Amino acid sequence: MKVPMTEYLEIDLERESWGCRCCGHEIGSARRPYKEGLLAYVRDPREIHKPILDPKLYEYTFSPDHEWVRIIEYYCPECGTMVETEYLPIGHPPLNDMEFDIDALKAQWRGRRPLSGAELAGPDPMGVAHQPQCNKHHHGGR
Amino acid sequence: MGKVEKLNQSDREQALIDQFLADNVLFLGPDPEIMEDHDIAPVTEIESRAMEKETDPAVLTLIRDRLQAGANEAFEMLEQMGAAPGAKWGDLITGVYTASGDLAVSSAGGVLLFAALVHHPVKFINKYWAGDPSVGIRPGDAFIHNDARYGNIHNTDQSLLLPIFHEGRLVAWAGATVHEGENGAIEPGGMPSLAEQVYEEGLKMSPFKVVENYELKKDLVTFLQNSVREPKLQYEDMKVKLFVCRRIEERVKSAIEEFGIDAVISSLRKGLDDVKTEVKRRVSAWPDGTVRTMVIADGTLRENCMVKINLALRKQGDELIFDFRGSSPEFANRSNNTLLSSLKGMLAQLFLVFVWPDLPRNQAVFAPIRVATDRKSALHSSYHTPNAQSMMTFFPAFTAGQAAVAKFLYGCPEKFTKVVAPWHNMIRTFIYGGITQHNEMVGNLCADLNGMGGGARADRDGEHAIAPIFAPMADLGEQELNEEEIPFIQIVSKKLMRDNQAFGKYRGGQGYEMIASSLGSPLWGFMVCCIGSKISSVPGLFGGYAAPTYPLCKVKGVDVFEIMKKDPRKFEFSIPDIMNKRPFEGASYTSHHTGLQFEVANRGELYMITQGAGGGYGDVLERDPDLVIRDIEEGLISRETAREIYHIAYNPETLVLDREATEQARQSERASRKARGVPFKRFLEQWVTPTPPAHLPYFGCWGDDRSTIFAGGPQRRMAADAIEPVYMPNPKDVRIAELERRLKELEQR
Repeated sequence: MKVPMTEYLEIDLERESWGCRCCGHEIGSARRPYKEGLLAYVRDPREIHKPILDPKLYEYTFSPDHEWVRIIEYYCPECGTMVETEYLPIGHPPLNDMEFDIDALKAQWRGRRPLSGAELAGPDPMGVAHQPQCNKHHHGGR
Repeated sequence: MGKVEKLNQSDREQALIDQFLADNVLFLGPDPEIMEDHDIAPVTEIESRAMEKETDPAVLTLIRDRLQAGANEAFEMLEQMGAAPGAKWGDLITGVYTASGDLAVSSAGGVLLFAALVHHPVKFINKYWAGDPSVGIRPGDAFIHNDARYGNIHNTDQSLLLPIFHEGRLVAWAGATVHEGENGAIEPGGMPSLAEQVYEEGLKMSPFKVVENYELKKDLVTFLQNSVREPKLQYEDMKVKLFVCRRIEERVKSAIEEFGIDAVISSLRKGLDDVKTEVKRRVSAWPDGTVRTMVIADGTLRENCMVKINLALRKQGDELIFDFRGSSPEFANRSNNTLLSSLKGMLAQLFLVFVWPDLPRNQAVFAPIRVATDRKSALHSSYHTPNAQSMMTFFPAFTAGQAAVAKFLYGCPEKFTKVVAPWHNMIRTFIYGGITQHNEMVGNLCADLNGMGGGARADRDGEHAIAPIFAPMADLGEQELNEEEIPFIQIVSKKLMRDNQAFGKYRGGQGYEMIASSLGSPLWGFMVCCIGSKISSVPGLFGGYAAPTYPLCKVKGVDVFEIMKKDPRKFEFSIPDIMNKRPFEGASYTSHHTGLQFEVANRGELYMITQGAGGGYGDVLERDPDLVIRDIEEGLISRETAREIYHIAYNPETLVLDREATEQARQSERASRKARGVPFKRFLEQWVTPTPPAHLPYFGCWGDDRSTIFAGGPQRRMAADAIEPVYMPNPKDVRIAELERRLKELEQR
């Protein structure tokens, strides 16, 4: 069974591996950090959060300070999906952000059925009909 | 306080010493036994007997609902009658406490973190004042409190606590807590960022009796009125809170009359016990493991620096532990320090609002969850360090928790809310102070702090300016009503700024622009208290981007009201237009970080900020192109963003989407990612440095090693178990030294 852990990552309980939920690519051992199997790109934050005030005139412009922080973008090496972003001080080691107990996960999922997209997203508040904003919640590999 | 080392003396001698010390306490400071414990109190004999006598769940639920309705009614009363802006717009809470002091039923709306924090002062009163002949607890008494070191967040929040008696026995407490604003601090408005000592933060009320026989004691009220800038507000809200507590008392007594005392005690206690059991059950359904997150608070409000908030959230079985060790050290002379109890309250808020909003509103929601911190860190600050702006560290701690919880929740079959990217976490508003058009002195804040943008959710965008992280169902207030009372107007308000957004498959909700200017006051000024002008304090989730960073913009040396009279076409109605076009000749245009200490604002000068966005969710290339077009139509994003961030192709004149070209553009971007991305190992080799680079004023651990805490740079470090508070230089001294150095350089030429 493959257990979705994030929008783009799943853990294959039999193979004990991280996988890409978009293309099915096996990223690496689920007992290791998933980032080890991804591509990383160091992004100048001004490319994403562009200055709204003229940077020639002002120090603070709505853009993060590129001398303090960068965006690390992590991509699936197979399909290029941006699996995660991480804003790090210059030189700071990336976090091993998800370290799950695989044996416990296997035991926990014994008897559980796969979850639908709506179940993964979570319930609507009481009295609000479920109406996804975008119906195209599909990934290639599923 | 007052603990002594035990010596090898006989038991009798020791008993004598203990008795002597107990009889001669010099100072009853905050009690660590109370302040470091967030669990519900042990079951008392009375509670135990009551629970044996009344076990019918239907009766217990009926009573709980009755008291819940009473708490909600009291909330409404307080909101309608309270004078403080915080009271009018929902920054308050009311509730019923057990006799031991646990909050058993709190109002459904309002600042729910108070729900986990006001039990401390009640427990202090029970422990120290009940048996003290000079104080005592009697029917008709009530106690006031605002010192966060004895419970709660910071001393702008005032509580009134009223004991409820039945047949001569204390059976419960009624409480009301409001963000009152003004408290006589070094700056007006109750949240001084200029304070370098706790003694500059204004009134610090440890719990004391201020009501006897249901009457406010005039001598104490007069003292308190003389201690703050808003004496009328101080008096009015004390009266209102007293009435509100009396209404709760009435509801509790009527429940006792109808159902009997045992049933009411049983209902209060059982509600707490059941919630604690249910929380453990729910936590069990999460996957076992550790999720790590960090948020950098990019300043102290006096200067920019990197204050690390480090979190490892560990879950095993039914145990959940927030481990914040490795976070920044505390600051000796800055107000951004968080007391451990305040941190726990904010984390309780996360569960009460964003994870399990269906659970009864009581403090047991957080009771089984544990918290680990380094002593003397910014999240476990000492008695002597200022804490009026603790939000600058515990809001980021909340965000680190919110991001971590989402990673546990996503694959969990049992959810009670949407999976959500981090909410906006800063109180982007104006604090103000000065003389009003009615010739009264005031100091308070605009309710726009409640307009935080919502985080994107797993199946839809976040909502704009929807609610603050600390209070569901709070309001933004009516600006027209404000203007009748205080002498400034918001020339531009509630206007969304293009590209002020966290991008993603689902985008975060946006905040709005505020342009304020004083009018009709002999003396007026503003403060702003937010971090996040160099590094975003709100990350995205699962590949979504963070919120942007936010400056404070000012236009000084101008009177725009005169310009509006003479040449109104000159006025521009957005921050980017005013700042980039600079339409007013002779004025000065500046941008700053958003930690502005109180500053005089002359008539017609502009102070400009924006509310903040919630975090984005998912990969931007997965965003439905139709939604991107809609964002352009609604003015939420620029065409440049549509093209360069979301990679869609469309006809710029008709905004008709070219689906095929969009798909090609996105495929091409995916290929580009694969080409520019490098294997993780190589990235580590190129990126990671063993210590913080010299140019970063960095506070906290670096990477996984939590045993060493950096305190401003690579050379300044200390052991995590021996943290010393960091003393920061006055920013004006720093500036003077910089200018003197430049002067010297010029003189030597």
